[in-house]
Amino acid sequence: MTRLAARGAAWLSLLLITLAFAGPFLWVLIASVQPGANLAAKPTFAFSLDNFRAVLNWETVFLPLINSIVISGATAVLTVIVSGLAAYPLSRYQLRYRRHFMLTLLFTTGLPVTAIMVPVYAMFFRFNLYGSVPAMVLFLAASSLPFSIWMMKTFMDGVPVSLEEAAWVDGAGWVRSLTSVVGPLMAPGIAVVAIFVFVGQWGNFFAPFVLLDSPEKQPAAVTIFTFFSQHGQVAYGELAAFSILYTTPAVVLYVAVNKYLASSFSFAGSVKG
Amino acid sequence: MTVTTTAPSPRVTGSPVRRPSRRGVLRWLVPLGPALLLMAIFMAGPILWNVYIAFTNETLTGSASVNSQFVGVANFVRLFGDANFLNSFALTFVFVIGSAVIGQNTLGLIIALLQRGRGRVTRSVVNGVVIAAWVVPEVVAAVCWFSFLAEEGTLNTVLGLSQEWLYTAPMVAVVLANIWRGTAFSMLVYSAALSEVPADLVEAAAVDGAGPWRRLLHVTLPLIRRSIMANLMLITLQTLASFGLIYALTGGGPGTASQTTPLYMYEQAFRYFEIGYGSAIALVMLVIGALFSLVYLRLIKVEDVA
Repeated sequence: MTRLAARGAAWLSLLLITLAFAGPFLWVLIASVQPGANLAAKPTFAFSLDNFRAVLNWETVFLPLINSIVISGATAVLTVIVSGLAAYPLSRYQLRYRRHFMLTLLFTTGLPVTAIMVPVYAMFFRFNLYGSVPAMVLFLAASSLPFSIWMMKTFMDGVPVSLEEAAWVDGAGWVRSLTSVVGPLMAPGIAVVAIFVFVGQWGNFFAPFVLLDSPEKQPAAVTIFTFFSQHGQVAYGELAAFSILYTTPAVVLYVAVNKYLASSFSFAGSVKG
Repeated sequence: MTVTTTAPSPRVTGSPVRRPSRRGVLRWLVPLGPALLLMAIFMAGPILWNVYIAFTNETLTGSASVNSQFVGVANFVRLFGDANFLNSFALTFVFVIGSAVIGQNTLGLIIALLQRGRGRVTRSVVNGVVIAAWVVPEVVAAVCWFSFLAEEGTLNTVLGLSQEWLYTAPMVAVVLANIWRGTAFSMLVYSAALSEVPADLVEAAAVDGAGPWRRLLHVTLPLIRRSIMANLMLITLQTLASFGLIYALTGGGPGTASQTTPLYMYEQAFRYFEIGYGSAIALVMLVIGALFSLVYLRLIKVEDVA
């Protein structure tokens, strides 16, 4: 009987936790398909896609989403190439300071990027890079590198060196070895790193908010904020619809790499015993 | 975590296999070069630059924007006499302890524990909702919480109250929102850690007559204590630097009631263009972050990973 009670209590707690976590989503989901929605999340049966129709125009949704895709995509591609190259010697060669280097990378991932924004902004201003999307992408890639190199190296360590030997016999150097043997074999790992970086930058608000000057360059994270920060005259249904359009890619990509995440979490707490 | 990294040298002795060119420094410098260059220019550079401008009176407007001067520790003297900074520091402390150390950490552990032995469907539903809160972009998380806590929002509708929570209890609001947002991380770390706890140890304790509480306190928790410490360090680091969620939700207000240090830094550096002073605040944050990061490095078994 007490076992049953314990099971019941556990079940009930999980139910309450689930409801509490679902609560804040309710309004966004309901309001997006309600005509004339305001902040009261009152369930009604009126259903319309008017809110989506209203925001699906160039300035509100398409341009910011394209900006987001360009910024996040360029950062992800650059990060994957640079971290893939960097991982090769770290994974394959006996380097004297490798351990120190890897530890420094891990240490860097802990530093608050928020704090780095002030000097980055000052630097961008001084060197006339303020407002430059390519320069910001370089910064975003640099800040994604420490963790990406870690992940890349871990995935690369999983590819046995013996598989490269045939290529060496054929006289391939490290570049061929990396691009035609190691790369294809760790393609899933590369995809995980790319998606990880992409999703991270997709949600990044602070960097573009501070480093980009004009609204036409801003990604969705910033335009939705300016849309929402003018509380009061906001069309709430449209805000909800925009939120959903902006969130969906992140969720889809997350689901795609979900099964690889479990292993990175035993890494995050990578502590046994 | 896995695999030792040392590339095994070709095992067949006398085999004709020649490894790719091993010509000195270049063999590692060329592939590592781009990464080193990017990190030197855009990470190490700004940090060093930050150390320098924190000791100047650099601004973006006015005379100090043209020729800033070295002002020694003046920014730091000002900082520790600045009531707004001290306020922000206290609020950051409340925010980190409340939302990360107590909220995310405890709730993450509780959910991970409750999920053990439950069916697949239950687990996926709970995981799905908790992780969704973590996957949505932070500005969308702010939209969710803004509407949830608004005067006509979901919470008041459910409770039958009429409160503008973001004004009457801004810190409670941002702490709750951040617990909601960050718990998934701790939950995933603890699920991974708990799955490594050997079942026979827990069963042995049960056979010896230990109830669920004692098994948890004396068997399970001690076995995952390093994961607990590592998780605490990581979520503290994430929460210390939290900007977007608070900024979008309350803007630090009303007044300075929820102005944590990153928001105060933002105000000084980007609203008043006091770059030198803002850098001094950033430097304090960097030093605190570095200390936590070092503790994290000490905690994890790096022999396994590096």
